Amino acid sequence: MINLYLIVKNLTRDKPHLLLNTFAILVAFFLFGVLGSVNKALHAGLEPSENNRLIVFNKISFTQPLPLGHVEKIRALDGVKLATHANWFGAYAQGSQTYFAGFAVDPETYLEVHADSFLVDTTQKRAWQRNRQGVLIGEKLAQTFAWNIGDRIPISSNIFYKADGSQVWDMVVEGIFTGTDLQTDTNFLLFHYQYFIETQTFGSDWIGWVVLTTVDPALNEDIINKIDDQFANSFYETETTSERQFNKAFLQQFGNIGFIVTSVVAAAFFTLLLIVGNSMALAVRERTQEIAVYKTLGFSAQKIFSLVLSESVLLAALGGFAGLALAHMFVGGMSQSPQIRAIFPGLSLSRSIFLQAVFYMIALGFITGFVPAYRAMQLNIVNGLTRR
Amino acid sequence: MNDDLFRLHNVHKEFSRGKQKITIFDNLCLHIKRGEFITIMGPSGSGKTTLLNMLGGIDKPTHGQLFFQHTDIAQFSESQLAKWRADHVGFIFQFYNLMPMLSAERNVELPLLLKNLSRAERKKRVNAALTLVGLQERAKHYPRELSGGQQQRVAIARAIVTDPDIVLCDEPTGDLDRTTATQIMEMLQTLNREFNKTIIMVTHDPEVAKYSSRQLHLDKGIFTDLETAA
Repeated sequence: MINLYLIVKNLTRDKPHLLLNTFAILVAFFLFGVLGSVNKALHAGLEPSENNRLIVFNKISFTQPLPLGHVEKIRALDGVKLATHANWFGAYAQGSQTYFAGFAVDPETYLEVHADSFLVDTTQKRAWQRNRQGVLIGEKLAQTFAWNIGDRIPISSNIFYKADGSQVWDMVVEGIFTGTDLQTDTNFLLFHYQYFIETQTFGSDWIGWVVLTTVDPALNEDIINKIDDQFANSFYETETTSERQFNKAFLQQFGNIGFIVTSVVAAAFFTLLLIVGNSMALAVRERTQEIAVYKTLGFSAQKIFSLVLSESVLLAALGGFAGLALAHMFVGGMSQSPQIRAIFPGLSLSRSIFLQAVFYMIALGFITGFVPAYRAMQLNIVNGLTRR
Repeated sequence: MNDDLFRLHNVHKEFSRGKQKITIFDNLCLHIKRGEFITIMGPSGSGKTTLLNMLGGIDKPTHGQLFFQHTDIAQFSESQLAKWRADHVGFIFQFYNLMPMLSAERNVELPLLLKNLSRAERKKRVNAALTLVGLQERAKHYPRELSGGQQQRVAIARAIVTDPDIVLCDEPTGDLDRTTATQIMEMLQTLNREFNKTIIMVTHDPEVAKYSSRQLHLDKGIFTDLETAA
């Protein structure tokens, strides 16, 4: 085993050099942490998507409505376990410029269909289901506006008008739901479809889309065909897809974020490989005579290899963990902003990003340290001792 | 022959310089007994350092046999030689070759890192070695904070800390003034006489060579006084 003290002493012998290298690595891992978290937050909607959950919407466009009657027809199909519906509302708290998502839903079935994604206290759920003006708000939304159960909150829509000409719906907070994991978006609210449809001017018995679960994911393809065939050649043709596919398609509106993140991080890491690799090679070349002395004293070629490689891995870890710590603080700060939370729900530096970063640190250490370590291992002692 | 610590038999050593082959030794023979203090002298290019390197296992003969006790170390692999050096040889260089980022005690500790010793045992041995060279009060000092003579004493402590059979010295006083050189040589003589260390030293300095029990003179790879090599 190689003495850690020796590795640390070798690493810290040239402090300006160490600082510059650490800074370069820090920047790359900071970018990785922040961009990776943003990417993950954008894709957060994909992760809670159950394999057996499907979405049915108007074939013309997602923004076009469907008749409420579609829900019962879909529910009646063999292989369909549960079905519910939702309407897009678009919401502002009155007097606030902060936009957030709001959905008018069927309170009896919506939570059942999304049971794997959201948790809500049974008493609160019952109270919400009983109160026509009741609203169920996500935990993050509640934190943003400091709303509590029992609060009366006026909610405006940026799309719909009420029959009285106003855009404000009075609602009462009956419950606060949480996500089943940290990545689940809870920055939205759910309120009664009946309250919405009876008070707005757009017309009645229209819904935005249907969400259903199948009894077995293996039946998905068959049920998708059945639903779309059933409404083919009608006034309201449908397009059915898995929730995962639907969410992916939704994200495409933002461009290929994953590709952008990968490109930026890859460019940063490639530059880093050149900088740190070159720097390690120079450092080892400057120490040729010392390496020859180590070997003279009896350090084996394998030990010399481990010594140089460990130094490289330690350097990558030093900069990498510093970068991740900074990214953690930055992402934490970003997620406090309601505006940022509206766009990137569930923004946090997750465990999976942390583990990926640790993997990249080790890989970076190995790649940048391998050639100098190999050269040091191969060094001829006599040649090394005569180099001054 | 049984008393021989080293026995070189028909050692041939050549280097390649481009397409040209340069022969340093051709059928060189030498016997060295345990407890001897040998100096190797000769003009530059005579092969002194090459011989020392071969005796220290950091260079190998092109062919021929190099016995340490009864083992031909010329046949050893690189890893076997590394272990052999760690177990049997201490090195002292002209320019000390201390690690600049390590304190005196950490420099002395270096060869002990290869042994399976507890930290307390390592510390005990390092203190003993530094005490022997009279530098225990400078244990925490870095090489840049020490004079040339003090650095060489640290190097001697590093060479003897593992209690090796042989101490090999390449011009150990070459970078020191006369007074300091004398102190260093007295120290090496003490190691030889009181601790029975076999010392083999390369030097240009006849004054320094006087401390040895046997002087070998090399010229163009040949011992000029054949009897001394026998």
